[in-house]
Amino acid sequence: MSFLKINNLSVDYKMRRETVYAAKNINIEVSKGEILGLVGESGSGKSTVGNAIINLIDEPGKVSNGSIHLGEVNIHKDPENIVKYRGKKIGLIFQDPQTSLNPIFTIGEQLIETIQTHLNLSTIEAKNKAINLLKEVGIKDAEIRFDNYPHQFSGGMRQRVVISLALCCEPELLIADEPTTALDVSIQSQILDLIKRLTKERNLAVILITHDMGVIAETTDRVAVMKNGNLVEIGPTKEILTKPKEIYTKSLVSSVPPTNKKIERFKIIEKENKSQSESNIKILNRWTKKEIVNQDLVQVKNLSKTFDDNFFTENTKNSVMAVDDVSFDIKEGQSFGLVGESGSGKSTIAKMIVNLFRPSSGDIYFDNVCITKIKNNKEMLKFRKQIQMIFQDPYSSLNGRLKVKDIVAEPIKLHNPSITSKDIDSYIYDLLESVELTQQSAERYPHEFSGGQRQRISIARALATQPRLLVCDEPTSALDVSIQAQILNLLKDLQEQLNLTILFISHDLPVVRQMCDKIAVLKNGQLCEVTNTEDLFIKPSHEYTKELLRLMPKIESIYS
Amino acid sequence: MDNKKLSWFGRVKDSDIYYSFIKSPTAIVSAVLLIIIFFCSFFVEFVVPYNPFDPSSLSLMDAFTPPSWTEDGLAKFILGTDGQGRDMLSTILYGSRISLIVGFSAIIFSLLLGVSLGLTAGYFGGKYEMIIMRLTDVQLTVPSILMALLVDGIARGIISREMHDEMAIYVLIFAIGISEWPQFARVSRAATLVEKNKDYVSASTIIGVSNILIMFKHILPNIMRPVLVIGTIGLALAILAESTLSFLGVGVPPTTPSLGTLIRLGNDFLFSGEWWITFFPAIFLVILAFSINLLGDWMRDTLNPKLN
Repeated sequence: MSFLKINNLSVDYKMRRETVYAAKNINIEVSKGEILGLVGESGSGKSTVGNAIINLIDEPGKVSNGSIHLGEVNIHKDPENIVKYRGKKIGLIFQDPQTSLNPIFTIGEQLIETIQTHLNLSTIEAKNKAINLLKEVGIKDAEIRFDNYPHQFSGGMRQRVVISLALCCEPELLIADEPTTALDVSIQSQILDLIKRLTKERNLAVILITHDMGVIAETTDRVAVMKNGNLVEIGPTKEILTKPKEIYTKSLVSSVPPTNKKIERFKIIEKENKSQSESNIKILNRWTKKEIVNQDLVQVKNLSKTFDDNFFTENTKNSVMAVDDVSFDIKEGQSFGLVGESGSGKSTIAKMIVNLFRPSSGDIYFDNVCITKIKNNKEMLKFRKQIQMIFQDPYSSLNGRLKVKDIVAEPIKLHNPSITSKDIDSYIYDLLESVELTQQSAERYPHEFSGGQRQRISIARALATQPRLLVCDEPTSALDVSIQAQILNLLKDLQEQLNLTILFISHDLPVVRQMCDKIAVLKNGQLCEVTNTEDLFIKPSHEYTKELLRLMPKIESIYS
Repeated sequence: MDNKKLSWFGRVKDSDIYYSFIKSPTAIVSAVLLIIIFFCSFFVEFVVPYNPFDPSSLSLMDAFTPPSWTEDGLAKFILGTDGQGRDMLSTILYGSRISLIVGFSAIIFSLLLGVSLGLTAGYFGGKYEMIIMRLTDVQLTVPSILMALLVDGIARGIISREMHDEMAIYVLIFAIGISEWPQFARVSRAATLVEKNKDYVSASTIIGVSNILIMFKHILPNIMRPVLVIGTIGLALAILAESTLSFLGVGVPPTTPSLGTLIRLGNDFLFSGEWWITFFPAIFLVILAFSINLLGDWMRDTLNPKLN
């Protein structure tokens, strides 16, 4: 007997130019004691469905059709009434634990307030209940922590508090909207275990909204796949992931990087760009290709970086050690992976290699020249040309006021001042076509492109100086999984054709496994181990690496 | 993406700014008022039949004629005349031209000064930033009208008496401009601090683009929105500051009166019943400043990315 029934739900956003149908005739049922995964890429309408259940759709959107039954009650019949269900019968967990708790109240005050709003309890009773809840979600010393403020909890602990807030009025339905996306892998698995445990113990109906197929595979009983507001497929998780019926689901499953093996290329079933041209890297004609010499292109020696968090005092007491005595070498033509959780110092190392930061101590050698000691700007420019970087956020990495043409032309003009304007245009077209964009893109502004296309523009800009080393700082973590597969394929092709050396930084182990020959694992600014990729995944030697590998969500877990 | 081949006008019509403009009656009304005022002020020779500063056209017989709709009014002087027989409407429009020129020039001057200091301070940081920002702090503790009075007073001391009337307008522009720049410096510094941490600036640095180019080609266009918004509101303030200074008698000389000078001159007749000589310039000033402020408010709401 299903507990939550969504019938023909449609949500429209009336925009200035057109009406956006964020959800179209969605039919979903969830039973008690069951976790339903709602999966889809950004803009697929998965969060819209979650918000529509509790009637939290932002203006100008509105529920245009359909009904939602909770048990026997149609909760959308009387929109004023929904407040009674929100929090009481339906618990909510949001993505960011930083913003879903009020920073100026202790968590105890927030719990008691929520409990007393919905249940008729005295303050003492409410307090006891709150402490029991905190214990239930796994917070140690709940009596003491009760009086702490949200900032005194770590990200994972805060998400536990959010879960206890969602549970405090004995809800029967729990909606978790990307509950672990903002968290590190090790904490993610704890939170997911907690949700699984609570579902069984309290006999909850749970809707878990996520974009991560690994999370879906490990946590959910059934899964609903959404695309552009449509429900593509719904069914038991195992069936959907192993024998998908629809083309879209197939392409989604095939673009997830496998955790247990290395594959040559990702199979692309649906392409973002229509042109089905087989990787023609036009830029090759212009590229002064360097033969790969068997030598270390980059040598990092005892690199350290501290950040002083206090502006006025110069004592080292308050300083944060972001990178602590790290050494590794990258061979020419190699893909080198740098893996770690947030705060492990991996981006700081990248920024020191591209010379955005100066190291506090230690040296970086590029092609046997120490680049950290160069003072002269002209001298520096020679190395700038050879080391380029691709950034994580495709939205802030392109200047929105410039046309794509001008963005790509900037490095070309700077490093070849004598180039004619006609030659620049053909150079730009070659670059754009090498990253599988059309020539027409040159005349447009960045905001007209999707995240994946922007990342391609970013790559074209980086290639414009003909670098030997490409530093990729989480190049795909802001992208949907199918786009990620395309970008990773592109990077692989480029590396092969252009003899690039790549430093690939990521927190995503499966992705690193597909991309890299050698991997360095970082924790709190220190190097844990550096080994060949296959060795790392088959027989990790460091405790921390073992832990990371054990905890990463594996899509393959569904097969066993 | 279907609208890539549009003329310039087509792009304007397609933009969100135009759309929000059409949807906002206050913005339309204030924009229309401002266009009328700007047009009449800058082409005043062709709009009004009299030149109030041509002594041959003046007649003392016409002095103190009340507005045309009152009992003693004359149809040819719609808003009446002042003590020298000058037509009030013409005088106001001539005066508003002076006020607008001073206001615009002063605000452009302080915008250039403030933005270049704020942009460089935000970009380079360190001691340079600290000096610039403390300087704005110090200046913000002094009311801007006092600052302008001070500059004006010093200028009077330096410039000889004969030169003074000629130079008065430049001194006024400088005085108002120098008193408004901290606003621009603060806003552009704050916006620069946000922009310079974005990846596109890092990307340019890695490519090897020079600091000057990064600041003016990449960051400057991205911080112009908030700067233009406070620039618009600052324009109203500058016009009011000019009027205040002229009213106090330290602004433009009475031979080329601005709106403030007109209000001061008319002020003497207020209690003898010739109310129109001071009332009309004053109401004109209020409409002007109010329209600019309304338009500025609309701009702030429209261009604020947080509200969209």
